[in-house]
Amino acid sequence: MAKKTEKKLTAWDIVQIARHAERPNITDYIRLMCDDFVELHGDRLFGDDRALIGGFATIGGRKVMLIGHRKGRGVEENIEANFGMANPEGYRKAMRLMRLAEKYSLPVVSFVDTPGAYPGSEAEARGQAEAIAHNLEFMATLKTPIVVVVTGEGGSGGALGIAVGDRILMLQNAVYSVISPEGCASILWRDGSKAPQAAEALKITAESLKKLGIIDAIVPEPTGGAHIDPAATAAAVKKAVLANLDALCAVPLKTLVAQRYEKFSAMGQA
Amino acid sequence: MSWFEKPAEAPARVPTEAIWAVCPSCKVYVAREAWDAADKVCPRCNYHARLSCRERVALLTDAGSFKELNADVSFNDPLSFEDSSGAYADKAKATVAKTGVGESILTGTATIEQIAVVLGVMDFRFLGGSLGSGTGERIRLAAEKAIALKRPLIIASASGGARMHEGIVSLMQMAKTCAAIARVKEAGLPYISILTDPTTGGVSASYAMVGDLNIAEPKALIGFAGRRVIEQTIKQKLPDDFQTAEYTLAHGFVDHIVPRKELKAFLAKVLRYAGY
Ligand SMILES: [Zn+2]
Repeated sequence: MAKKTEKKLTAWDIVQIARHAERPNITDYIRLMCDDFVELHGDRLFGDDRALIGGFATIGGRKVMLIGHRKGRGVEENIEANFGMANPEGYRKAMRLMRLAEKYSLPVVSFVDTPGAYPGSEAEARGQAEAIAHNLEFMATLKTPIVVVVTGEGGSGGALGIAVGDRILMLQNAVYSVISPEGCASILWRDGSKAPQAAEALKITAESLKKLGIIDAIVPEPTGGAHIDPAATAAAVKKAVLANLDALCAVPLKTLVAQRYEKFSAMGQA
Repeated sequence: MSWFEKPAEAPARVPTEAIWAVCPSCKVYVAREAWDAADKVCPRCNYHARLSCRERVALLTDAGSFKELNADVSFNDPLSFEDSSGAYADKAKATVAKTGVGESILTGTATIEQIAVVLGVMDFRFLGGSLGSGTGERIRLAAEKAIALKRPLIIASASGGARMHEGIVSLMQMAKTCAAIARVKEAGLPYISILTDPTTGGVSASYAMVGDLNIAEPKALIGFAGRRVIEQTIKQKLPDDFQTAEYTLAHGFVDHIVPRKELKAFLAKVLRYAGY
């Protein structure tokens, strides 16, 4: 059995770790990483999305605006958190908080962990597409540093809606993809059970995305995955976030925003 | 000549599709000549059938004014993607040959009632109008051209969304194009988005939805998630008008629905309001 754990994990193995029920979620990271957290609720337009939360946070003595998808632990909490699938009001709340961050000169730290934006009829009625699109446009020019950490599932547009940043970090066993392996398999392979092949072909692991130049750094996880040792994982995330904030806060804002544009412009033109 | 004898010169068989067009929505047969004269708008149900990018350029711009930009920017295959039906690169090459465009968007400079603009027009025939890295690059370059020339930017979308074969790189084009649009707006230039059938997924959730004005064609499908996915999620059947242009307007995300025949004049009119 020892041999199996030493064997290189497949993309599909990593998907299972990224979705593990005990994987640390944003509530855990706040508890383990932050000296202080003041949650700020609501988008001022419709409601307060429990699948995407945010607020003032202090990490290693540094004040930031923390936003992120929220998955729950257990059925009840997950239903309340809509399994981390945000509605438009979640993305609009995130934007509101990022505006505040810009105003108060706080860097933004964004934690990504979602199967995707919620595909519901009410979400469509309230403009899921517009909410995400507007965030992409807004984050591209936000005049404060943005550090993104993909901690679990980076599910398509629902992930990207809070993931335009100056540094994109990714936990070793997180995944980030344009479509779920199951969805891709059922469309392109016409067979949902071919998800492992699709996961491989889509190149959704941190290692692949680093090679593709999509992410900047991989945050290591304990052997077996983050859920084996949440405290060690949070410590590694904290260290990486602080190091990147230090580097980014030294860059003049105008240069920072110009570099962000160049960063995304280069994607796909390697 | 008896009935079983062939005439000396058989008349060439005229293919049905050369005589008749079938409305993709209500399935009515319309004489091809009338169908084309109506710019592929169904006389019975008013469905605005999909146009190729060249057809739409002809519809929107002054004759002979369109000059293509960045034709050399074509598709990329960053993942070396293959699925059960073969290699993406082969499919993309075949699509380029079939459609005569190098990507799912055609971009260029043109005039609309003498107003100089930079224009991008998507083509659904190109892999469902999906957003590839070449598409994103063409849009970014069009946006930068608009800024350099101080011209309005207009993009007509027709897309099912992201291009799975380019994986995460396709997803990143959403961010990249929105960043470029943000620059156009920062330069004080108009950006007008035209949403045609269909504008969904990653394209509706990026550049198509952030126009100064979002203009839609009648009955166009506009939405983020697919109808089937939503029905499975909420375990309810959705009404027929769900995610139509009319639905999207009623919910506040589209400024105006403009019939195809009036689109060019409408664009010119609003550009004049914008100071052109
Ligand atoms: Zn019809």
